[in-house]
This record gives sequence, structure tokens and C-alpha cells, in this order.
Amino acid sequence: MEERRHTSRAYERELQEVKENLLYLGALTEKAISRGIQALLERNSELAREIIEGDGAIDRLDREIEERCIRLLALRQPAARDLRFITTAIKINGHLERIGDMVVKICEKVLLLNEEPQLKPYIDLPRMAEIARGMVKESLDALVGEDLALANKVRGDDEIVDRLNEQIFRELLTFMMEDPRTIHRALLIMQISKTLERISDHAKGMADMIVYMITGRNVRHETADTET
Amino acid sequence: MTADPFRITLRRRYRSERIFFLTLRLAVLLIGLVMLAIFGYIFANGYRAISWEFLTTPPSDSMTKGGIMPAIVGTFYLTVGAVAFALPIGVACAVYLTEYARQGTFVRLLRIGINCLAGVPSVVFGLFGLGFFVVFLKFGSSILSGALTLGALILPTIITAAEEAIKAVPQTFREASLALGVSKWRTVSRIVLPTALPGILTGSILGIGRAAGETAPIMFTAAAFFTARLPSSIFDEVMALPYHVYVLATAGTAIEETRPLQYGTVLVLAALVAGINLFAVLIRGYMRRGKRW
Amino acid sequence: MENTLIITVENCNFYYGTYRALTDVTMGFERNRVTALIGPSGCGKSTLLRLLNRMNDLIDNTRVEGRIFFEGTDIYGKEVDPVEIRRRIGMVFQKPNPFPKSIYNNITYGPRLMGVKKKSDLEALVEESLKQAVLWDEVKDILGRSAMTLSGGQQQRLCIARALAMKPDVLLMDEPTSALDPISTAKIEELIEALKKELTIIIVTHNMQQAARISDRTGFFYLGRLIEYDDTAKIFTNPQVKQTEDYITGRFG
Repeated sequence: MEERRHTSRAYERELQEVKENLLYLGALTEKAISRGIQALLERNSELAREIIEGDGAIDRLDREIEERCIRLLALRQPAARDLRFITTAIKINGHLERIGDMVVKICEKVLLLNEEPQLKPYIDLPRMAEIARGMVKESLDALVGEDLALANKVRGDDEIVDRLNEQIFRELLTFMMEDPRTIHRALLIMQISKTLERISDHAKGMADMIVYMITGRNVRHETADTET
Repeated sequence: MTADPFRITLRRRYRSERIFFLTLRLAVLLIGLVMLAIFGYIFANGYRAISWEFLTTPPSDSMTKGGIMPAIVGTFYLTVGAVAFALPIGVACAVYLTEYARQGTFVRLLRIGINCLAGVPSVVFGLFGLGFFVVFLKFGSSILSGALTLGALILPTIITAAEEAIKAVPQTFREASLALGVSKWRTVSRIVLPTALPGILTGSILGIGRAAGETAPIMFTAAAFFTARLPSSIFDEVMALPYHVYVLATAGTAIEETRPLQYGTVLVLAALVAGINLFAVLIRGYMRRGKRW
Repeated sequence: MENTLIITVENCNFYYGTYRALTDVTMGFERNRVTALIGPSGCGKSTLLRLLNRMNDLIDNTRVEGRIFFEGTDIYGKEVDPVEIRRRIGMVFQKPNPFPKSIYNNITYGPRLMGVKKKSDLEALVEESLKQAVLWDEVKDILGRSAMTLSGGQQQRLCIARALAMKPDVLLMDEPTSALDPISTAKIEELIEALKKELTIIIVTHNMQQAARISDRTGFFYLGRLIEYDDTAKIFTNPQVKQTEDYITGRFG
């Protein structure tokens, strides 16, 4: 998108830096999701521990972005587009940080699961993880490209993840009813599934903010298909 | 020492600045000296003639003895009359030119005319006064004719000074008043003129000095060679200090003997002008109090 | 809808000689609201402000086209007296411009010329206006002192009080705080907020944060045109026109 430059070059640069940091944080989070699911599928406890330790980097970056945004608000008094960008950045930053924490939660469950034999081959769970990861990635793409259509697609994808979660839930319920010894493992998997569902909620929250950033319209708590 | 270009230019600059200031000081000093010489000379030659009698009695013995009282009174009347005539008209004219007239060719021509008038030799005003006031309007040689002639002489000075003073009133005062819903005339009379008054007075002071000291304009219009009695109406002739000096120094019967009287008269004239100026300066200072903006 | 608008400008053009300073401006000013006019220097916002109380009449060689209605009367109509318009539409200027008179006489100057003569009436008016302008407590003991001895911020509030003493319906403010320090500015902004209960305020400002802080409606001018006019919150979070967006985010020129 063609953009006129700020009269103040320093201001322009500071805004750009926030954007770049946000994209870097997004990349870290995205990678954490895919590696977390890899640890689950490969029953790789080593990898899971590595991811848990890697969350510190995400937290540090989260703090830095927040500080930069607050500085910009205090010193530059941004308006209109810039104001919407910075409020969006603060919120997306929060969402990404929470997603990072959730990946940690998943990895903790993976460590517990790995102490017991595998319950069943995972089919829907990797699909869910892939969609949730894609939602995070696409929100950030929509942010960079100010792509309203893409942001709205992400908001729609949340529905798919919700349905997958319900499906997994029912499936695990039958396992538990048939054999009580599976209850512990099934509950852990349920929690992982639920966490993935919440990651996609956060991704949808990000997409909502991006719609606001582009249009100035607040679409949170609305369903995705009410608009085009 | 290493080459420092700034040092060299700085030193050069100091030097040229010193020379400049020195020139200015010399100029001031020169003027001061000339002034001192003139006043000193007048004072030294004139102070012996000054006495209570000199100030309060008319000349006697074909003006070789006695005082100059009628001339003092005459000059006072003529000056006050000139200012009384020229100040209202001059200020009115300045108000019109600055506040009301559309700035265009006509006003520009008028201004050029006024400036030319200021440069016209005073004897021309004298002849004009003779032709117009004395003969045409039949005022005769009188205080009225003389005051009007002197008034016409100082009118350009007063108009120009008043115009400058009115222009110096900040535009924001006018805007503030007009924006309150005050009419233009009231804005001019309540805000602009009171604010400009000290400046207008400065112009009048210059006019007063000139009116009191001029000889040529009153020579044909008001001044009497000799009259012992004081004027009783504005249609009377009067003696006047500058003309009296002129008469004593050029047309008298005993030019050399009356030298001390001449210097004494000049001294009184200078003191009178200085006194009027001082008075005006004091009024101006009083009015300026608390009116800085 | 009509009666909520106290001033309406219809298809207004304004010329200084042959230079067109305003092009086809149409806008309405709402009663008891603060409307801010913003835009880069020379965009016509001050020109429009001065059209509203006919201050531009004082400049030679200017021409107005279109119509401006104040309470339903065309203020450029033939039978209208500009002096009367200025009485009802007051103005405060960029630089504080008290008269070189006492504080008391600054305020009574206008009312006196309107025929208020009684001392008690004048005194009440002085107190009321100074209180409205939040200056009373600072000057109540020095009313006889020259207004020139006040600080810049106090002088500007005195000018506001002086305008209020005429009981105007509308107060036009032309960058009223641009010459003041932040504290004085804050005082005047607070006072504007309080004043809008009683009158309508139209303010020209170069300080966009100020427009955002104090106004209900904001009009953005550029090159003599009204580019966008909307609720202030809308203009500053989500303007609809790119030029407005560029201006308020600092992407101009």
C-alpha cells in the first residue's frame, strides 16, 4: 500500500520498529506452535523442554514491544491511523504472548503424556494445530499487507477449530467410557485440544484488531460472516 | 601558533566595530559642542540684560532701553493660537488619512503635498498669510492672521507626527474594540486617539518650537514694529520676540548699543521655547504611564 | 435539526483581491458545542472565522460570495449592521490584546458604550465576567491596575472576560493559546469546556491535541476547502478522507 511519509522521520522509524518487532514476536510464536505439535507427535520430551525454556525470549520481546508502544503514545501523541496501529500492536502483542504461554502449557502436557504409552494416533489434533498456526501467521500477514479479506478469513477459521475441538472431545469421551484406564491420558489430550482452541481464539482476536486498524470499525464479539 | 581562521576574522571585526563606534561618538561630540557654543554664547552675552524690569516693561527710548514684555506676550499668544488652530485640524486630518480614507492614489498625492508643504520656506507662508488672511479675509495685521499663518506653517509637521502616532497604535487594539461590537468612530475616539496622544503631542512640541521661533510668517501678518500696549483682541497687532530681535539687529537706530538687549531677547525666546517643550514633555510622560504594550 | 444549528455557512467563497481564500464552504455550527477548525497555515480556517463576525469587512478589496446565516438572518444581508453582529458574536484573538486601561475599564469598555451606566450594574458585570473567565480570584483586589501588568495567560483570560461582558451568543477564538505556556493553556481549555453550557464556541487552532481535547466537532480545511467535518473523536481515530488522515498523523508536506 502506498504510504506518505511522516514529516518526522524519527517517528516514522519508531512506528516501523514496533511493526518489525511485532512480526518477529509473531514468527517466534508461530514456530513455537509448530514445534510444540512436533514434540507431541514425535513424543519428543527433549524438544518440549527446549520450547518451555524458549518462552523466556517471547516474554522479553513482549515487554519490549509494550514499552515501545507506551513511549510512542506518551511522546508522539499518535492520531488516526497511527493511533489505531499502536492500540492494535499493544493488543496483538498481548495475544501473542498469551499464545506463547499456551504452547508452554501444551508442552507440559506432552511431557506427562510421554510417561505413558500412546493412546491413539493423532489425526485431528495436528490439523487443529496447523489451522491455529496458520491463523496466527495470516493475521500477521494481514497486518503487514493491511489485507482486510485475509483478516476476515482468519476470523472465519476460528469456527473450524471450534468444531474440531468438539469432535476431539466427543471422540475422547468414548475412549474414556470404554476403558477407564485411558482417562488420565484422554484428559491430557483434551486439555491440549482445548488449549489449541484457545490459541485460535487469540488469533481471531488479533484479526479483529486488524480489521479495526484498517477500517476503524470495532468488530469484536461479532461473528465473522456478518460482513464481507 | 596554529592557524585559527576565526581568531583573525574576529580581531578584524573588533577593529572595524571600534572604528565605527568612534565615528559615531565623534559625531555626537561635535553636535554637543556646537550646541554648547551657541547657547553659551547667547547666555554669556545676554544674561546681563535679564532683569525683572526687562521682562515686565515695554521698550522705551526708541527701543534702546526698557524691556520686552509686549513681545513675550505676543509670542505666547501667537504660539498658543497657532497650536490651537493647527492641532485639532491636523489630528482630524491624520485620523481621516489613516483610519478612513481608502489608501489609493488620491491619498498618496495628498501625502506628497503635505510633505512638500513641510519643506516650503517660511517666508512663503508669510506672503500667503498676507495675501489670504490679512488682505483677502480682511483680518488685517493681527494676532488672528499671525496665528493662522503660523498654524498653516506647522500643520504639516503635526499631521505627519499624528499620522505616525496613530499608525503606531497596535492594530490589535482596533480589532479588539471592533470585535466587541463597538462602532468605528467610537473605536477611534475611545481607543486609538487616547493611545496615540503622547505621540501626537511629540509632534505638537516640534510645531510649538517652530511657531515660537519663526520671524518671516509673522513679519507681514501680525508683528508690530513697536507697541507699548498689550493686545486687547485677536484683531490687534502684537510685538513678537523673534521679530523684535530682527528689528533691533537690522532696523533700529542704535544697532550696536542695543546688542545686550538683542541677546537678552534671544535668551528669553530660547528659554520660552524650552519651557513650552518641557511642559509638553512632562504631560506626555504623565500620559504614557502604564501604557506600555 | 435546523434549530440546533446557530450558524450555517452556505456555498461560501471568499476573495482577497483575485486570490480565492475560501472555496465553496458549506457547514453548520451547533449550538452550545465547541467546534474546532484545523488545517495547515493558509488553509482558510482563520478567514472563515473572521467571516462569521464580519471582521473581514475591515480589509480593503475583499469579496464574499454565498450566504452565512446567524440565527436565521443572513449576516451579509443589506439591512444588517456589522456592529450589531459583532456584539452578538464575540472574538478572542491569537495574541492577548487588552486595552492600555485598567482591568476594570477593559471589561466595562464595551457595556458602557452600549449604555450600561449604573455603577452597581457595571460592578456586577465585571465580577460575573471575570468569574466566568476564571480570573476573578487572581485580580479582584487589583481591578484598578493596568491590564498591561498581568501575565500573558491572565491577559488572555481578561480578553475572554471582556468579550463575555457583552453577553455574546457565540465566541470565536483565533488560536487563543498559541502565545501561552502550557499551564495558562490548560486553564483556558478548562474554561472553554465550562463556557459551552452558555454559549457556542468556534475555535481555530494549530494545536491538534488541543482540538482533540476540547472540541465536540472538528472541521479540517486544506487549500481553502472544507475537506472533512465530523465528530472530533471520529476525526482523530478514523478520518474518512486521506488528506485529513495525512494531516492529523503528521504526514503532511
